[in-house]
Amino acid sequence: MAGPWPLLRSFLRNCVAGTLVVVTVNDRYASVITVRGTSMNPTLESQQGDRALVSRLCLDARYGLSRGDVVVFRSPTEHRSLLVKRLIALPGDWIQVPAAQEIRQIPVGHCWVEGDNPDVSWDSRSYGPIPLGLMQGRVTHIVWPPNRIGPVERKMPEGRVMQR
Amino acid sequence: MSGFARRLGGIPWREIAGEAFSRVFLVAQAVCAVHVVNAHVCSFALVMGPSMLPAMNLAGDVVAVDLVSARLGRVASGDAVLLVSPENPRKAVVKRVVGMEGDAVTFLVDPGNSDASKTVVVPKGHVWVQGDNIYASRDSRQFGPVPYGLITGKIFCRVWPLKDFGPIDPMSAE
Repeated sequence: MAGPWPLLRSFLRNCVAGTLVVVTVNDRYASVITVRGTSMNPTLESQQGDRALVSRLCLDARYGLSRGDVVVFRSPTEHRSLLVKRLIALPGDWIQVPAAQEIRQIPVGHCWVEGDNPDVSWDSRSYGPIPLGLMQGRVTHIVWPPNRIGPVERKMPEGRVMQR
Repeated sequence: MSGFARRLGGIPWREIAGEAFSRVFLVAQAVCAVHVVNAHVCSFALVMGPSMLPAMNLAGDVVAVDLVSARLGRVASGDAVLLVSPENPRKAVVKRVVGMEGDAVTFLVDPGNSDASKTVVVPKGHVWVQGDNIYASRDSRQFGPVPYGLITGKIFCRVWPLKDFGPIDPMSAE
């Protein structure tokens, strides 16, 4: 037991164990994301440096996502980036697309997502319905900065969605 | 009664609690390690159904899935991949990548009955997937190109049945 080796080894061991636990909790239960971009103003504001708590429990066996939830998903055109938008319609719903003046049905296994700030948001109005398999979690709370801590409300646009 | 209390007091509760806690923590660590490997490095999947004949059996093969190369974007056309079905997020399916973004893919619309073919260009960030058995497969020919983000991993090795143990070669679906 000479030298600092036993100490160093136990320190490394604790580091590895901690990383494993943190990664598992991030994957299965909850993680924290930093919001960038202005497409979700005023719900989430990147100018204020909002950090949001993402719950992953809703991705379990029964997809527990409802209309109006703020969701995190992989971008359908760039798999490395994550996007935050509001889930507007679920499979089978009919939705009125504002720009195109048409009513379309969401196909099986897909959903419709839109930003809260329609002027700058790049969402389903440009790329259409996205597969539910891209979903990575649901934003439940804002956790930072302190003056904005609070839950994120469920909200729906009026009269545009006909629920199945 | 007082003897019983004295005996209870004599039990080293503190040591027992400490030991139990460290054991539980060790088990939790092991579970976390399994999760991390299974979710980020390498996983196993049971493949069933006719859509990947003859590369994979009808009755069910266990295959090893490499999750790292899909995450790093190293999936190329010809690879067999495991992906989340775009029509049912709870279901994972195995298909072969036929075209990456920007590729023009020509396919038979209804292979059993006619030889009408169609050509599409795969949009940005999407891939075109098809089963090897084009007569019994529900794939991009029905639901169109799928986002790359749905790909979970690349299948690189068959594990079961043992007599067929070995790598699954990338090949063209044509």
